[in-house]
Amino acid sequence: MVDITPADAVPPAEVGEMELYHPHSWWTKYVFSQDAKVIAIQYSATATAIGMVALVLSWLMRLQLGFPGTFDFITPEAYYQFITMHGMIMVIYLLTALFLGGFGNYLIPLMVGARDMVFPYVNMLSYWIYLLAVLVLVSSFFAPGGPTGAGWTLYPPQAIMTGTPGGQDWGIILMLVSLILFIIGFTMGGLNYVVTVLQARTRGMTLMRLPLTVWGIFTATVMALLAFPALFVACVMMLFDRALGTSFFMPAIVEMGEQLQHSGGSPILFQHLFWFFGHPEVYIVALPAFGIVSDLISTHARKNIFGYRMMVWAIVGIGALSFVVWAHHMYVSGMHPYFGFFFATTTLIIAVPTAIKVYNWVLTLWRGDIHLTIPMLFALAFIVTFVNGGLTGLFLGNVVVDVPLSDTMFVVAHFHMVMGVAPILVIFGAIYHWYPKVTGRMLNEALGQFHFWVTFLGAYLIFFPMHYLGLVGLPRRYAELTDMTIMTESAHHLNSFISIMAFIVGFAQLVFLFNLIWSIRHGREAGGNPWRATTLEWQTSETPPVHGNFGKELPIVYRWAYDYSVPGAKEDFIPQNVPGSFGTSKEPA
Amino acid sequence: MSVILVFLLVVVGFVGWWLSHQRLMSKPWLEQGMAGDFVALDRSALPTAKIGLGVFLAVVGCLFALFTSAYFMRMALSDWQALPLPRLLWLNTGVLVLSSVALQCASVAARRGQLETVKLGLVTAGITALAFLVGQLVAWRELSTEGYLLSSNPANSFFYLITGMHGLHILGGLVGLGRTTAGAWNGARPERLRLGIELCAMYWHFLLFVWLAIFALLAGWAATFIDICRQLLT
Repeated sequence: MVDITPADAVPPAEVGEMELYHPHSWWTKYVFSQDAKVIAIQYSATATAIGMVALVLSWLMRLQLGFPGTFDFITPEAYYQFITMHGMIMVIYLLTALFLGGFGNYLIPLMVGARDMVFPYVNMLSYWIYLLAVLVLVSSFFAPGGPTGAGWTLYPPQAIMTGTPGGQDWGIILMLVSLILFIIGFTMGGLNYVVTVLQARTRGMTLMRLPLTVWGIFTATVMALLAFPALFVACVMMLFDRALGTSFFMPAIVEMGEQLQHSGGSPILFQHLFWFFGHPEVYIVALPAFGIVSDLISTHARKNIFGYRMMVWAIVGIGALSFVVWAHHMYVSGMHPYFGFFFATTTLIIAVPTAIKVYNWVLTLWRGDIHLTIPMLFALAFIVTFVNGGLTGLFLGNVVVDVPLSDTMFVVAHFHMVMGVAPILVIFGAIYHWYPKVTGRMLNEALGQFHFWVTFLGAYLIFFPMHYLGLVGLPRRYAELTDMTIMTESAHHLNSFISIMAFIVGFAQLVFLFNLIWSIRHGREAGGNPWRATTLEWQTSETPPVHGNFGKELPIVYRWAYDYSVPGAKEDFIPQNVPGSFGTSKEPA
Repeated sequence: MSVILVFLLVVVGFVGWWLSHQRLMSKPWLEQGMAGDFVALDRSALPTAKIGLGVFLAVVGCLFALFTSAYFMRMALSDWQALPLPRLLWLNTGVLVLSSVALQCASVAARRGQLETVKLGLVTAGITALAFLVGQLVAWRELSTEGYLLSSNPANSFFYLITGMHGLHILGGLVGLGRTTAGAWNGARPERLRLGIELCAMYWHFLLFVWLAIFALLAGWAATFIDICRQLLT
């Protein structure tokens, strides 16, 4: 045990306290608030609301797939609009916004021991621009022609042509404008998250003492800041093509017997730009989930995280590697075989740091004092689901296996498992974990158990069969396949079964929403630190934390975030701001 | 996509250099307490606003690197016809350089506490930056009256798109510069004023650098330069 200095020898702070904006009215306190915690709740509420829209859209899709021809109002055009909006909302407006805008805003300042984000005003603007982006997106549902139906990848040329819903109407324009707004808003927030971690850590909070949640969100934000510009460029250029008649992406093309004015553009250029953003986006969603799940497992297994350093390196390594794998989404677009070889290799290499993380989670659980609380259940479910989804990723990363499987339900099953269900499970776990800090009350346990088991088992019953549908050759993005020979009777039954499960799982989410609202008033009182956790957000003097987070003095950090079950210590956890040494911490390998 | 990859390589190099100073090899589970080197690691001595701007400039750099990547990829297709750059761009470049120099003078004067020079520098920078924007608009008009319209050739489209994007960034910078200038007149605290001017200067120098790179790109020198490099390598 190396106790570097006695507790009383804390050097004085060299940097003055930040000046907080003090709200004067109800409006500036709860609506135009500059408090990161209020902004976090605004972000989360907006993301959840738009996420519910995406959930309903998935129900409509499943109605059509499970019971084709039964519902007249679901035309093929409407079906395309449903899949497009469902994908876009879930990936960008829900997952990205919730992880970075929601959890990032709430947890970063509290976990690093800061009063607030470093640029609170810009942080507030970030939320309002995000809200504007969401409103523009929603408005496309009411625009003439409806929202765009180009698929969430918005591939040109079809995205801006007559045959695609919204292609020559308002749909695609509103979609692109909304994305551009989202990116501007996100950049404002992202600057805050990064600079707060860099500059506002409290004394003693070195980078290597940060909880992995902060590492995950921090790295994901850096990646997002570098990846979203690619989407921005793609959106601006496509907007030019659609509105001003340029030919960045549009080749010479005949539409309805008429030669369009475009010529010579390259749809592949769009794909490069889109996936240069699109692949890092997977990890922008996954890395915060990795970080949060590490903290959940460590806290609820009462054991220090196994291989903390390796976890940090793996997060940074995955972040860097994810920028050189984008073309594995484009194998079927055609490329030089050596490029295919290169991108398949880099794709498979990412499995190494990812596998390290999975081993470390499992080894943290090994001989831990596992409490099967609801956050822990979700964390365990995440590990299983992520491994499952990751393994099918190995199939699709290989060019020769990918080509026949491309654009089948197998791909749908893969990405829903790995970047849909897995991160959502972490979000649920994280909400059950931090809800007591946000509201001061626990979520209802019985409803939580119901929510967990229905969601976890139900998600498997939805997405596992999809792998088989994909293997028999069922393509994705088709509104109706009843007349095709691959659509056997059993495949059809499986589709109906998946649809029914989708409704049941969706219903469980309504129960969860009810729990969220009901527990604000009727939940059990939680106290300041119900999980007996070590990180700083649980050590605030008030729960929920007030504006400024901590009391008069900022906490001082004396240890890493994972001092659980330290032999010789009185309790089985030692908060980060408790000085002194207690026996020997178990040393991870 | 090679331009953006090179840009990212630079970013990764910088991040790696920074991380290597953060005791990534330490064993946090063995170290308790607080010591001098822990405190030094808390944060950088640079003002937080400067670091924030630095991160933002990295994002802006990324944006223009991506436009450049797209430019080169689109350029390789057969329908590309380079457009003649208006001579006016040379004058605009000079004006933008002047703007940057004026801000640098203001920054130096602020450090020495010469408020009158500061005001002069700020106003000069503002006016020259506006002049640059007007010059760019005139160049656009010149091109469009000569028949080089936005949609008639991808080279034209890229010209308008990239110069427009750069102009928007200057416009945004002018908002910040306007606030700083107003502060100089309304008697802002000296250290606050100095920080504001330094931030403006940083932003201006960066946008000047971006403009020079864009100019080289649009004039075709960048492509020639890359060709030469490629021939040297093969």
